[in-house]
Amino acid sequence: MREISFREAIREAMVEEMRKDKNIFLIGQDVGAYGGELRISGPMYFEFGEWRVKDAPISEQGIVGCVIGAAMTGCKGIAEITFADFMMLPMDQICNQAAKIYYTFGGQRNVPIVIITNAGGYVRATVHHSQCLEAWFTHIPGLKVVIPSTPYDAKGLLKTAINDPNPVIYFGHKFMYPMKAEVPEEEYTIPFGVADIKKEGTDITVIATSYMVHKALNVANKLEKEKISVEVVDPRTLVPLDKEAILNSVKKTGRALIVHEAHLRGGIGGEIAAIIADEGFEYLDAPIKRIGAKDVPIPFPSVLEDFVLPSEEDIENTIRELL
Amino acid sequence: MNNIKLEKDLVLKLYETMLKIRLFEETQGKVFKAGEQEGFTHLYIGEEAIAAGVCANLNDDDYITSTHRGHGHLIAKGGDLKKIMAELYGRYTGYCKGKSGSLHVADFSIGALGATGIVGANIPIATGAAYSIKLRGTSQVVACFFGDGATTQGTFHEAVNMAATWELPVIFVIENNLYLVGTKLDSICKVADNLAIKAEGYGMPGQSINGNDVIEVYSTVNKAVKRARNGKGPTLIDCKTYRHHTHFEGDIETRDKKEIEEWTSKDPIDRLENKMLEENIITKEDIESYRDRIQKLVNEAVEFARKSPKPETEVALEDVYAE
Repeated sequence: MREISFREAIREAMVEEMRKDKNIFLIGQDVGAYGGELRISGPMYFEFGEWRVKDAPISEQGIVGCVIGAAMTGCKGIAEITFADFMMLPMDQICNQAAKIYYTFGGQRNVPIVIITNAGGYVRATVHHSQCLEAWFTHIPGLKVVIPSTPYDAKGLLKTAINDPNPVIYFGHKFMYPMKAEVPEEEYTIPFGVADIKKEGTDITVIATSYMVHKALNVANKLEKEKISVEVVDPRTLVPLDKEAILNSVKKTGRALIVHEAHLRGGIGGEIAAIIADEGFEYLDAPIKRIGAKDVPIPFPSVLEDFVLPSEEDIENTIRELL
Repeated sequence: MNNIKLEKDLVLKLYETMLKIRLFEETQGKVFKAGEQEGFTHLYIGEEAIAAGVCANLNDDDYITSTHRGHGHLIAKGGDLKKIMAELYGRYTGYCKGKSGSLHVADFSIGALGATGIVGANIPIATGAAYSIKLRGTSQVVACFFGDGATTQGTFHEAVNMAATWELPVIFVIENNLYLVGTKLDSICKVADNLAIKAEGYGMPGQSINGNDVIEVYSTVNKAVKRARNGKGPTLIDCKTYRHHTHFEGDIETRDKKEIEEWTSKDPIDRLENKMLEENIITKEDIESYRDRIQKLVNEAVEFARKSPKPETEVALEDVYAE
């Protein structure tokens, strides 16, 4: 099977859907002829033209409002907010407007938009270009939250997102964009609310998201040699969340560790841990543990950033603690 | 001032629309004060010429975006008085199943894309609807209503810049009633006397007009709508007016008594009635007959609302996500 990069997988999903429906457009900073700050859109501008791959001013509220208004009137907008840190600017448009329009107006009109934003650190981009903010959006009713960890998941989930009638917040991870992996040439989609067991195991369930899936897998592969069997569960979507897969896994292993790159305090680890404690209490042989970034802004130099962000060492030590 | 000479039928239509808004709002004020509704309400009394003059230029498939003071916009666009009133009463027969009340009326079947509770949030959404029109290649237009205070919101800057740069078919209508809630515009805006000058900064036409002269509003918007339909882009129209009531019903009046008297004596409906009487378009008996007929419609709307059922609690759980 051919291999493509994470960013190419995102691009392919958009290109395939945009070829089918001329009312779909992409708008964001430098997505046009420049090809996107993280090279996601690439040559799309040259295929689709300036109205379907639109360079925006530095106006995140305007960009999101644009796709909302367009989505309510017969088009479908994909907004790229280049860095997840910048999602703080259009929070009203996303969380007060897009998320609530279908509900507020009694189901008269839905808002089919996708916001692609690129989260994460490990690239020494520091405080304003490294954050993971998926927890904020899981908190707002009316939004769906998608967080793929592989090129295969990235493409399939984005196609589903583009066809979802609701506002979908799609978190890419800039560090993973060059990552290449097998992606079928034939069209496929991945449904929301279906977790993926990235590695089967029996001793402990590690629920991980985005780039942390890869760190968890590295640790799992290492511990396998010591006959420690780690199951890695990748939820892939946080809203809707595949609770059943998580609980079934914990039922099997009796132990749960949640790993996310976002800050520990208030991260989705707390939500998932509460669900397991509430609905899977009887399955547990040990307390539920969570790993996240330390609760400090993300610093610049690798010596500090690597200390703050989760490491494979953190994951391995915690697994050993729980066993 | 370049007023168009209007056909008698059109003048009467403008009159009827303004009367509908006025009598609806006055009645709404009474039932609200009598404790028949919950929450809050913001009345459009005094500003009728703007909604009427703008919407008379629009077709059913043109769009409007609206504000917390939005009953007048929806009535002028052709909204159903019964469904509006039922919504204000929080009844299931209201436009939004009673879920949202006074600040959030909408009727997507006639292009009324909803009223928002966040000042300025509807401006990027209007720009988005205009982007959709341009992408789909139709000759529709969008009218975006917002207050003088909204011109100090960041969304105004972003959305107007985008619309002007991309020559989008949107008419930005400032309902300039000199005040935010209790703060006078000129204490927070250096160009309060001439908001239209802001348009120059974005490279689009702007005009300040008498927002209490429905013929002037109609004529000015007529030109702007023609421009927009012909692909010549947006216009900013600063309509000077005054709200007769406080910001919300039940608020303390802090504005200067003399100022209130001065403006209420420039009532847009009195102005039109006097003009029509002068030009023998109407008689005093006709005026009485119009008022009686329309008040009857409003009263029927109140009765409809009073008799309508409240939503069942399950309705609170509906319309979060579209299928």
